[in-house]
Amino acid sequence: MNEQHTAKAFDIDLQELSRMVAEMGGLAEKQVADAVDALAKRDTTMAQRVTDSDNAIDVLQREIEERSVLTIARRQPMAVDLREIVGALRLANDLERVGDLAKNIAKRVIALNAEFPPPKLIRGVEHMTDLVLGQLKAVLDAYARRDDAKAMAVWRGDEEIDAVCTSVFRELLTYMMEDPRNITFCIHLMFCAKNIERMGDHATNIAETVHYIVGGAPITERRPKGETEISALAGTNV
Amino acid sequence: MTMANFTVPTVTSTVTSADGLTEKVSVRNLDFFYGDHRALKTINVALYHGKVTAFIGPSGCGKSTLLRVLNRMYDLYPNQRATGTVQLDNDNILSPSQDLNLLRAKVGMVFQKPTPFPMTIYENIAFGIRLYEKLPKSELDGRVQQALERAALWNEVKDKLGANGQSLSGGQQQRLCIARTVAVRPEVILFDEPCSALDPISTAKIEELIDELKEDYTIAIVTHNMQQAARVSDFTAFMYLGELVEYGETTKIFTAPNDRRTQDYITGRFG
Repeated sequence: MNEQHTAKAFDIDLQELSRMVAEMGGLAEKQVADAVDALAKRDTTMAQRVTDSDNAIDVLQREIEERSVLTIARRQPMAVDLREIVGALRLANDLERVGDLAKNIAKRVIALNAEFPPPKLIRGVEHMTDLVLGQLKAVLDAYARRDDAKAMAVWRGDEEIDAVCTSVFRELLTYMMEDPRNITFCIHLMFCAKNIERMGDHATNIAETVHYIVGGAPITERRPKGETEISALAGTNV
Repeated sequence: MTMANFTVPTVTSTVTSADGLTEKVSVRNLDFFYGDHRALKTINVALYHGKVTAFIGPSGCGKSTLLRVLNRMYDLYPNQRATGTVQLDNDNILSPSQDLNLLRAKVGMVFQKPTPFPMTIYENIAFGIRLYEKLPKSELDGRVQQALERAALWNEVKDKLGANGQSLSGGQQQRLCIARTVAVRPEVILFDEPCSALDPISTAKIEELIDELKEDYTIAIVTHNMQQAARVSDFTAFMYLGELVEYGETTKIFTAPNDRRTQDYITGRFG
């Protein structure tokens, strides 16, 4: 979009929407990093801060919705403008969910309290987080630049996260079978891993939205998917 | 609405494509000149039976000119000429042998400003019918009523058919003009910015009417209101500087147009 609208206020509306989505993306990324950091450092104070900050993301989502609805009502946008606004709404939804998932992890950190798993086990979850944060950063960058190729790379890159998630699940299963006392924190960790895997799915959703904003057509091909955790579990002789 | 005995125009030996569309009007390599000025440049476009085709574009892009070609309105003026072909079913309407009265009975037109004749509401409708058919009074009454019903005006005027057509409101006058057009049972109806002088409620009524009429007719509409084009049409043609820039399904044109110029125009980024 290099050319401007005849009505300049419309440009400002769209730019502001885009800026709010970017801000929300930044907040969501930080929440994810902090939540997993709190888990690795066994830091309940930090975890508490993550749960408290989730509200800021929710507020931004509501503001994006309000502004989008108002802009649609006021401007009756067409073509790329319409896609921009619908895209902003979708992105805000996905980012809000990512924030929620980070909050869930933080809550588990608080619930675990003193009972923390050995750092070795958390490493797998941390690795997943690195991958997801990389995906989130890349897809938000693709959004900022309206870069379809970059968005599609993110869309295809989710497979690796699925694979790591499956191996984390397997590892945790073995650990639980070794000693039933490990079950509580292993289950918590499993949910954390699942939450992170879901964030990856939201990153691919965002990639699909960026693709739609740029080109106007949805993605028709099937997304490459790794082995699911369920099939991984079925393959293990529990 | 009574329309049981309203005959659907029969389509004679036209091509029906694989997707079930019947080309009612086919414009091929059409050029149009106002004196030396070439106002339309090699236009190729089709109007499909039972579908509404919208023509959009900035002022002076040639969309009204194109509409005026479709019923040879330009014949009324000297120094205006068209080359190429415009097939209505199987006849080239640009051919010198074309009977213009017959053509205009087949291709009706509704203009931007309502143009009721300075006569009664009844006569406004009956006038056109009498030009083409000799009907006994009772049958003529029936036809007038049908046309007014078809234009969603009957209930508002049935008790004052003797009133002057110009005493109606703007929106009613426009529907009266549509009734007058429908009364002579055309096959194609051309709307040249039919709502630009109307308030939103009258506009909504006309749009509703177009939606109902399209079942039986081939409709073309020129409009400056992009949202209106998006609402009422099945196909949209974007014209610019006498050329047809992009033509396609309305849903596609208004969500993801192919041509940059179309996008700039419909999103308000022009000039």
